[in-house]
Amino acid sequence: MINRIELLKLVEHNARIKIEDLAVMLNASSEEISAELEACKKENVILGYNTMINWEKTEREEVTALIEVRITPQRNQGFDKIASQFYRYPQVSSCYLMSGGFDLMLIIEDSTLREVANFVSEKIAPLEGVLSTSTHFILKKYKSNGTLFTQKQTDDREAIVL
Amino acid sequence: MEIDYQSKISTVVNNIAPSAIRRFFDLANEMKEEVISLSIGEPDFVTPWSIREAGIFSLEDGYTHYSPNQGYIEVRKAISEYLERRFDLKYDPKKQLLVTVGGSEALDLIARALINPGDEVIILEPCFVAYKATVTLAHGVPVVIETKEEDEYKLKPEALEAAITDKTKYIILGYPGNPTGATMTKEDLSKIKDILVRHPDIFVVSDELYSELSYTGEKPASIANFPELYDRTIVVNGFSKSFAMTGWRIGYMAGPAPLIAAMNKVHQYCIMSSPTTAQYAVIEACRNGDKDVEEMRDEYNRRRRVIINGLKEAGLSCFDPTGAFYAFPSIEGLGLTCEEFCERFLMEKKVAIVPGSAFGKCGEGHVRISYAASMENIQEAMRRLKEFVTELKNGSKE
Ligand SMILES: Cc1ncc(COP(=O)(O)O)c(C=O)c1O
Repeated sequence: MINRIELLKLVEHNARIKIEDLAVMLNASSEEISAELEACKKENVILGYNTMINWEKTEREEVTALIEVRITPQRNQGFDKIASQFYRYPQVSSCYLMSGGFDLMLIIEDSTLREVANFVSEKIAPLEGVLSTSTHFILKKYKSNGTLFTQKQTDDREAIVL
Repeated sequence: MEIDYQSKISTVVNNIAPSAIRRFFDLANEMKEEVISLSIGEPDFVTPWSIREAGIFSLEDGYTHYSPNQGYIEVRKAISEYLERRFDLKYDPKKQLLVTVGGSEALDLIARALINPGDEVIILEPCFVAYKATVTLAHGVPVVIETKEEDEYKLKPEALEAAITDKTKYIILGYPGNPTGATMTKEDLSKIKDILVRHPDIFVVSDELYSELSYTGEKPASIANFPELYDRTIVVNGFSKSFAMTGWRIGYMAGPAPLIAAMNKVHQYCIMSSPTTAQYAVIEACRNGDKDVEEMRDEYNRRRRVIINGLKEAGLSCFDPTGAFYAFPSIEGLGLTCEEFCERFLMEKKVAIVPGSAFGKCGEGHVRISYAASMENIQEAMRRLKEFVTELKNGSKE
């Protein structure tokens, strides 16, 4: 039996890991691994394979913004309806319903400062049901999705230790 | 006038043979930058952050003094709870535990506190290099039992029976083992117990440094779990391997109160107390470290499978290691001694592994491969090993 959680953790951190390598690591056959990954896709457990990119090292000028939105829930639909009005925008990379002082958290990537400002003032704030917004910009990424953005640790151990 | 320093050094120290493979080590160390090293007996992981943080916090709070000789009572309590929770071992933190500078110090203290000149200590080779040396330095006589690949490097009851004399003081068991990765199950240990029950003067030192790194899926067994032997067993353990804390230099021993008191006497005059920062850090390790240990163990286990598979593909036979982070494949039939094999592998393929003879004469014909290294390095090293072995086989046919 393949341990699905273990398999998912491995591909989560390295989407390009080879099926044959996974098979050895998890003591299974390549066919079994492929079948399990396929099943995960079918069940919408695996939704895609992304690449971690440190955009700061490229010439792109885009910013990442976190927008907290307070809204009034709508009758019969709760927060879902209004959330869908936000997350359909392609520049919204993540959208979460939150507990605590506000209701929805939107993460905007791929936009310039100007674009974020326009988006908030023209598309979010005026929407019926939105009580207030609060926008935060990320200044520097230290770690994201478990990956450190600072340089990698080198192995400084002695060559031989008994 | 020239001073003859050699003649000034004590006979026991002079009699400890310099490691025959020192030259190989020097060579590997010089080439450190360009080689992949699978020769290291310590975790590649950095100590989990919460444990490091606990140490740092103790420094910020000004805990920079000597601790009580035996170790802080909070530390001993934490270790006691940990041993009971993880291994069903019960020890009174007040009288039965001593916090040491690594398992290494514990092994040394045991030798010095128990051995009278000429007493014999049974050790099972191939094994961790310190066993023999600690006994010799304490004027004891190491009696070697050679364990064999076909027995999965387990101690056979007959071999034990044959090695026991009326001078035997204790036996050192080191499972899961360095360099073999062998484990002894509860049933295996039970047979050893039956013999020791018939020899009530012999003590058991159980080196359980790798007890957390067991891949059998079962709870690792300790010989101290047998009530018949509990009063005659000293368990040596530590945080170096299980919690990736080698550089902190902290370990402990657990056993009968009068013996712990005797060890503490030696410890008190030679060491004073184990490092205070490390002691604060291991409270966190004992109480909240299980998840970190589990993650490291799972990763070692995956690497273990990659190594076993790599050895098979390279055509080297290896018994399946079930613990620690070592594989100990045979290189027999390739026309090289283990030292020649390692030296040529290092020079030709830039991979460092350790000749089996470093761990005792009977380690000849084998090499130790450590999988306390990154998965990428292991995979690349296995690729090169296959190349190397193939070249050797083709070469020797010509
Ligand atoms: C079997 C065994 N015991 C004990 C030790 C000593 O470990 P430490 O002194 O770091 O606790 C080692 C280290 O390599 C070992 O392999």
